[in-house]
Amino acid sequence: MAAFAPGARVRVRNDWPETRGPVHIRTPHYVRGAQGTIVRTLGAFHNPEDLAFARPAPPRALYHVRFEQPPIWHQGQAGDDVLIEIYEHWLEPA
Amino acid sequence: MTLLETDGEALLAAVRRLLADKGITSTAEIAERIAITDRASPGQGARMVARAWTDPDYRALLLEDGSKAAEMLGIPMRGMPPLGVLENAPGLHHLVVCTLCSCYPRAVLGYPPYWFKSAGYRSRAVRDPRGLIAEWGTVLPDDIKVTVVDSTADYRWMVLPMRPVGTDDWTEAQLAAIVREGDMIGVTVPKLQQ
Repeated sequence: MAAFAPGARVRVRNDWPETRGPVHIRTPHYVRGAQGTIVRTLGAFHNPEDLAFARPAPPRALYHVRFEQPPIWHQGQAGDDVLIEIYEHWLEPA
Repeated sequence: MTLLETDGEALLAAVRRLLADKGITSTAEIAERIAITDRASPGQGARMVARAWTDPDYRALLLEDGSKAAEMLGIPMRGMPPLGVLENAPGLHHLVVCTLCSCYPRAVLGYPPYWFKSAGYRSRAVRDPRGLIAEWGTVLPDDIKVTVVDSTADYRWMVLPMRPVGTDDWTEAQLAAIVREGDMIGVTVPKLQQ
């Protein structure tokens, strides 16, 4: 069951598990802590962060999240955006 | 000796034998998958694009469920990640990248071009997409919005480009012949031969 509906504002957790040990993470560095908008749900997939280490990998809801591009890089053209697949456990309401 | 120092061929042979011995897969299935992988090429994606340009029902299916649309044209999708297709439109251009590594819709486009995995392409696509694709000769006016699709997880993404003007009386095969790999990644747009 997806926790966020299309149009919901979300923030990517500003978390850096890389600093705590070996990881396999699909959430790009450049949007950690950034705010975006849910575009669509893409279904649920086994968590790759666990799959990569052969741990039990429960299904996680996956979302397509839209981020305005210029605020991320302080460059680019207003109106352009980036569409990224992000798992639910990386998102919090904004 | 560590895994990294092992002879690759010997390691591969051992893994294949183990997979067969344990009943996880068979040598015939591995051979079949290698053949499928070798057959995949941008020509497959081009056929899907051309069909979408000529058949509105197929276009709707392609945008709704890319995997199903691929299978309809005989492209094997079993065991492949789901395929999503994003449509270019007047005023909207998509560019696909995988900043983390090399996610690519191999089932419909084949092996990625060498630059797709380069650090330069991956870092520039999200930071300066317009400057990057201008190097392919794709100069987008300011009133066209650019959406960069960072392929990070379990989907694979392909762009449905816009049909070039002047192709109204073209057959599906003629249309498929002008669709290039880069058009379905978004670094270029389909062009008629001069």
